[in-house]
Amino acid sequence: MLFDYDTLQFLWWVLVGVLLIGFALTNGMDMAVSTLLFPVCGGNVKERSALISTIVPHWDGNQVWLITAGGAIFAAWPEVYAASFSGLYWAMLLVLFAIWLRPLAFDYRNHGEDAKWFRNWDLALAVGSFVPMLIFGVAFGNLLQGLPFYADADARWHYEGIFLGALLPLLNPFALLCGFISVLMLLTHGCLWIQLRTVDEIGNRTRKMVLIFAIATVVLYLLAGIWSYQFPGWNLVAEAPAGSYHTITGKTVEVIDHGLFDNYASMPPLIIVPVIAAVSMFLAGFFGFKGEALKGIIMSSVGIAFTIITAAVALFPFLMPSKIDPSSSLTIWDATSSHFTLQCMLYAVVVFVPLTLGYTIFAYRRMWGKVSAKDVSESH
Amino acid sequence: MITDALVALSRWQFAITSMYHFIFVPLTLGISWMVFIMELIYVRTGKTVYRDMTKFWGKLFGINFAIGVATGITLEFEFGTNWSHYSHYVGDIFGAPLAIEGLLAFFLESTFIGLFFTGWNRFSKKGHLIVTFLTALGSNLSAMWILIANGWMQYPAFSAFSPEKMRMEMTDFWGLVFSPVAQVKFAHTVCGGYVTAAVFVIGVSAYLIYTKRHVLIGKRSMTVAIAFALCGMGGSALTGDLSALQVTEHQPAKLAAMEAEYMTQEPPASWSIIALPNEKGMDNYLSIRIPALLGLIATHSFDTPVKGLRDIVAENEKRVENGAIAYKALQDLRANKGDENTRALFDANKQDLGYGLLLVEHAKDPLNPTKYEIQKAARESVPSVWITYFSFRAMIGLVGLMGLVVLGAAFFLWYKKDLENRPKVLKVLMFSIPLPFLACEAGWILAEVGRQPWAIQDVLPTYLATSSLSAWDVGLSLLCFLGIYTIFLMIEAYMMYKAIKKGPATQDKSVGGTLNAV
Repeated sequence: MLFDYDTLQFLWWVLVGVLLIGFALTNGMDMAVSTLLFPVCGGNVKERSALISTIVPHWDGNQVWLITAGGAIFAAWPEVYAASFSGLYWAMLLVLFAIWLRPLAFDYRNHGEDAKWFRNWDLALAVGSFVPMLIFGVAFGNLLQGLPFYADADARWHYEGIFLGALLPLLNPFALLCGFISVLMLLTHGCLWIQLRTVDEIGNRTRKMVLIFAIATVVLYLLAGIWSYQFPGWNLVAEAPAGSYHTITGKTVEVIDHGLFDNYASMPPLIIVPVIAAVSMFLAGFFGFKGEALKGIIMSSVGIAFTIITAAVALFPFLMPSKIDPSSSLTIWDATSSHFTLQCMLYAVVVFVPLTLGYTIFAYRRMWGKVSAKDVSESH
Repeated sequence: MITDALVALSRWQFAITSMYHFIFVPLTLGISWMVFIMELIYVRTGKTVYRDMTKFWGKLFGINFAIGVATGITLEFEFGTNWSHYSHYVGDIFGAPLAIEGLLAFFLESTFIGLFFTGWNRFSKKGHLIVTFLTALGSNLSAMWILIANGWMQYPAFSAFSPEKMRMEMTDFWGLVFSPVAQVKFAHTVCGGYVTAAVFVIGVSAYLIYTKRHVLIGKRSMTVAIAFALCGMGGSALTGDLSALQVTEHQPAKLAAMEAEYMTQEPPASWSIIALPNEKGMDNYLSIRIPALLGLIATHSFDTPVKGLRDIVAENEKRVENGAIAYKALQDLRANKGDENTRALFDANKQDLGYGLLLVEHAKDPLNPTKYEIQKAARESVPSVWITYFSFRAMIGLVGLMGLVVLGAAFFLWYKKDLENRPKVLKVLMFSIPLPFLACEAGWILAEVGRQPWAIQDVLPTYLATSSLSAWDVGLSLLCFLGIYTIFLMIEAYMMYKAIKKGPATQDKSVGGTLNAV
């Protein structure tokens, strides 16, 4: 085979990261714009329609980043898929219930009847968009602290707690902090999209907003860094011995006090990652405030990407650490599919991702242009 | 700890959410092509009536597509949330087509459907036609990859069990993709979708004619739909016949159950028009039969026997015994109690490991099953005859009815040429809309219940495929699904009703500008 198993496993860590970043930058953008409908346009239906018209052609394609990231995790990291989706049962269902509202709202609002019809669907759209942004951030916050799960002797995944007993501990202060960071950085991104794609009359309203969002993102981001600096970290001491019938639970993992940032300590140049994240987010707000939306959205994209990378690097090689049974933690070396499957899927990605990116960019370019409330057709 | 309540609730939840999703899928599969055909005629002839048709049916497509997308995400999530052991056990194989579906098909469909609705003024006529084509292509490719995944659940070749990882792993990617079972399933499913959409368009067109407001558009649409329905029906029949052959070969228990075939008959076997199965006694209370037909359907021959359920259960008893040996050897290996001999013992019996796993449900101690428990597991290794038999009969019955409906429409529209003056016929056509949807659902019940007790045929019992959740968790989520889905269905029906009642827009100004999404 073209690549050895270790290389493929590492490549897939990068690829899933790319898909998640793609999801945040595209679907995160339209979720943020949807959340900003009322803060930016208030009761003005035509303006809200104008704002929505900038994302209507793209939201569905954007959402496929989520579907594909999910599918890629299923195919490349089946253990992560199994352990996280079942363990985080109610959190996942909440995301699901929320994102159901989006396709319906995007399509059905335009069969409008009166102002109330538009208001209700726009409200549904805003809620359906805000909830996932928050929960995905909360999920990252919990990943950094480890989750209470383990594998039994039959390789079945278990999670501590049922119902609220499983859900409430996820809403701990640090995780909520991460949730707010996720929301704020995406709102920054969304404001810049609005500036880019609407006339100044609407876009200028987001100038102050974007600066506040960006500064809040940076402040909370630094706060999260200081807070989590004292969190325990996981260290992979040894993989399961060769010939073991327990490739996951057979490994040795130690928990190190204040160890979450050990990767940064042992490779100091990596510090550049969180620094880029913070500086870019700040610059995004700065450019947005000055009305230079294009520069701003490039900065927010970089900022969001590096924020995700910061967390991923801190955990590396872990994907999902367990706080009740460290040896059940999932790493990029043992949560993956077989060598053969990773290889096949790599070919699929190499062929299809450039193609997909190509026509996605084509679609965005074709629909480009600034819109105003006047452009919205008369039926609104 | 797996409880019966957990398994039952998980199955109900998946059954309800997937059948609900499949109300919308067949319509998407077919109507996207019909919209393309209408637009193609518009581009070739320049007649604006075809553009109005494209926009009208496109609007209904959009209403349907929105809820199809929403409910489709549910299914992807559910493999992880509710079937986590399944995800662990077969994710190495099953995940691949799902991921490729997203990358190759769903991206295509979703990117271009946005342009389909909003790009009327941003593309040339031909450019927009290409957009429509890519949308339809994407939705159909999407179905292909999903059915490759489902086809593997029915016929899990191209893979091998890894005792180290305690899971199945892929060995042959192209085998998986071009699996004959998957490809026939795909063809059968999309043909079913074409018929569904065609009967839907016929029904709605009948309404347009009935109200006398849009007679021309109604008749033109119906013409396209009848042609489409006839092709779809031919394809369905052909692929259905091929499907039956494959079921005979790969899933004899499903075939026997769908034909209520308890006893192996002297070939050629007779086919039962109607039977009253006695599940417990493994015999039919009553059965009216046509000689030789089953042999012909199931084997395309007069001399090959069709195995009955009694014989299958007897054979499976042996497989459960072998499976128990494999399972015990595997557990010894995993507990570090084994040596090379244990491994050899495992390898010799591993093809029946799945049958050994049935004992986890049916034996107190799966490592030391009693004779009775083995018999019980074998007895439970075949599907429910009642559900499988009658869902199959319902499917063919509904297809027969639809055939009459379509031919009737063709007769009055093309031959008698007086359809608009026959309100009773138009009403029949309108009220035929539910038929194909019911037939599709019956087909899926047959395919999925007929595979039980397996999630993956002969490999992974459904019982074991579940997540480690409490029955309370799944019970409550099921209630949420039921509640929200019911509301969605009412909203969708209302939107459809409104759009159909409003009818096609025939003047340029009312079809919306660039920004009017739908």
